[in-house]
Amino acid sequence: MNFEFSAEQNLLREQASGFLADNCPPSAVRTILEGDAPYDASLWRQIAELGWTATTIPEKHGGIGLSYLELCVIAEELGRAIAPVPFSSSVYLATEALLLAGTEAQQEAWLPKLATGAAIGTFALGEKPGQASPRSLETTCSAGKLTGAKVPVADGDVADFAIVVTRSDAGDGASLHLVPLNGGGVSRSPVQMLDPSRSHAKLSFDGAAAEPLGADGAGWGLARQLLNRAAVLFAWEQVGGANAALEQAKEYAMGRYAFGRPIAGHQAIKHKLANIYVKNTLARSNCYYGAWALSTEAAELPLAAATARVSAIDAYYFASKENIQTHGGMGFTWEFDCQFHYRRAKLLSVNIGSEGVWQDRLIAAIEQNEAA
Amino acid sequence: MDFNDSPAEAAFREEARTWLAANVPSAADLTGLDPMARAKLWQKRKFDAGWACIRWPKEYGGRGATPMEQVILTQEEGKSGAPDTGFFMIGQGMAAPTMMAWANEEQKRHYVPRLASGEDIWCQLFSEPAGGSDLAALRTSAVKDGDEWVINGQKIWTSGAHYSDYAILVLRTDPNVAKHKGLTYFFVDMKSPGIEVKPIKQISGDSNFNEVYFTDVRVSDAQRLGAVGQGWQVAITTLMNERAAIGGGGGGVGFRQVYELAKRVDLDDRPAIEDKRVRGQLATWYAQESGLRYTGYRSMSALSRGQTPGPENSIGKYVGASKTQDMASFAMDLLEGSGAVVDPEFVESAGIFQGAFMAAPGGRIAGGTDEIMLNILAERVLGMPQDVRVDKGVPFNQVPTGTG
Repeated sequence: MNFEFSAEQNLLREQASGFLADNCPPSAVRTILEGDAPYDASLWRQIAELGWTATTIPEKHGGIGLSYLELCVIAEELGRAIAPVPFSSSVYLATEALLLAGTEAQQEAWLPKLATGAAIGTFALGEKPGQASPRSLETTCSAGKLTGAKVPVADGDVADFAIVVTRSDAGDGASLHLVPLNGGGVSRSPVQMLDPSRSHAKLSFDGAAAEPLGADGAGWGLARQLLNRAAVLFAWEQVGGANAALEQAKEYAMGRYAFGRPIAGHQAIKHKLANIYVKNTLARSNCYYGAWALSTEAAELPLAAATARVSAIDAYYFASKENIQTHGGMGFTWEFDCQFHYRRAKLLSVNIGSEGVWQDRLIAAIEQNEAA
Repeated sequence: MDFNDSPAEAAFREEARTWLAANVPSAADLTGLDPMARAKLWQKRKFDAGWACIRWPKEYGGRGATPMEQVILTQEEGKSGAPDTGFFMIGQGMAAPTMMAWANEEQKRHYVPRLASGEDIWCQLFSEPAGGSDLAALRTSAVKDGDEWVINGQKIWTSGAHYSDYAILVLRTDPNVAKHKGLTYFFVDMKSPGIEVKPIKQISGDSNFNEVYFTDVRVSDAQRLGAVGQGWQVAITTLMNERAAIGGGGGGVGFRQVYELAKRVDLDDRPAIEDKRVRGQLATWYAQESGLRYTGYRSMSALSRGQTPGPENSIGKYVGASKTQDMASFAMDLLEGSGAVVDPEFVESAGIFQGAFMAAPGGRIAGGTDEIMLNILAERVLGMPQDVRVDKGVPFNQVPTGTG
């Protein structure tokens, strides 16, 4: 049994943790949350210099060619730090979409720039409130010209290109298109979000130049595969955040006195934090399962991804709200940092499919495994 | 990261499989034997061939195996169709480690191998009517009389007392000092005059536990483990092993049983499994079961590397007990009016859901209540302060008591 990260991967975790403690303290998150800058450009540059953006990109495309286990380690630490950078859009989604469905030419055109952080990519699916489906999409592409609108698109205001899901009359009813965002026919406007430490935009397309990514009518299936991969990585971010929220709650409870002793000594608080620990532990172990499935290209990935995602959504939401509760009134103030986790937890629980969507996919994966 | 055995582990697994395949009792071997006799036959066969309690030192009946080898053997034995040896769990899992840590050499060489062979069955006499979660509040007394101690009082919730040969027990030897300081630890022959065992009927209708009454029971001072007044420290040895022995228990109702049921019964004229709410609930429980399974794998990986597992596994009993209760309840909801039927003529799935529902409250109490488990996680894992103890330092006979 070797269901554990290697010594090298744990060393990477220590390095990442130390780097982010120095370069992404809560004050850095607050600067982005309160300010006008869409993301922490200095932190982003350093992250790229460390090679994190190049983790799973093959060496022939300018990457490092490490395994997904290394990327999971980095994701957990970025989640812990609530890092205000476009890492998830560019790495878990745009890079992965290119690796999944890009032609050699598309990969060569974009992966080297994604690896160095010179380019930022993103993924654009949703157009209106409610669960997206091929039938719900109104964005279309005809003769290389894309028309429609996507909102909200994470990092849509700063990305150089987007992988856009469009409606198709062929196949599964959807197609993926790669759309440069700096050319004509694209307009973008910032969208205010519950978590302002991560910028989002509305992307409007009016005949924007687009090239297909993967076959016409294969887009919905590809998007699902992509989201299975991304779900594992987002789940690691969520687990990192959930554990940081637990630590924050514990630190406060140990130092805050009421009724003559630290509130950490009262069972109402002890049991609350123990329950956070339980959910975090279950989620983390499921994330191990997801990491294993992702890194070995296992057939179980749809089930492992859904399992990790379902328990990570539950864990982070619970930890983030009970962290505020543990802090009492101070946790409800703008001045305190508890809000960062509460905001990020909710953003991450709806961004690539909510808990209900992934619960349904979990059971569907079990049904499919039985049918196979 | 993989789930594979190391070469040494694979070789051990193969050795275990081969031996089990050749030695697990056949149906003919077991014909006419009751569950206890089946367990004893199988345990003795394992012992004679060196496959019983393999982690224990050779001189006490084991083979000095690694923790990982024990895990592998348990996995393979579980798949082998061998008789259930749960009768020996408390003796082997709790009494034996305590004896090995605290008994004298002669006692260890006499008693411990008999635990390994299944020749003797032991029970644990800790809880009392006035000492459950607050175990150290126990009152059953031992008074020194020459080279013997005289025991009077009552123990409760004792699994297997009615078929046990020996027991480990903690007694109050000095009521004039603080709660934890007046305790002393012994082991006792359950056939001693003055011991009376009465079964307790549970809400499930079963009787897994007993009350055990002591009236002037005499035990030799040689059967004391640890010093007089050191009983709490010895008890900690036992309790640490209790959590290792009981952790992870889930009962007979899990995701698989409720999922299969949801495929069979209708909701809104369709199989219930097609209902989004049903799918959502099932997915949550699947994720919990999966989380426990992979938490176990993480602990096993630590063992495999020769490390001590982290505290993660201590969540197993707490999560599993409530999950079983909630899943049984949910399954009965899916059955609608039939959910409450237990009549053998009409009952669904041989009554596993109703059975689990009625047994589940016990799972949340036995071996440390949910609340005690949360305290342990908060204090030992998260490092939060202990509860306020108003009886701290107060002589035991001056501590206020209730009417229960």
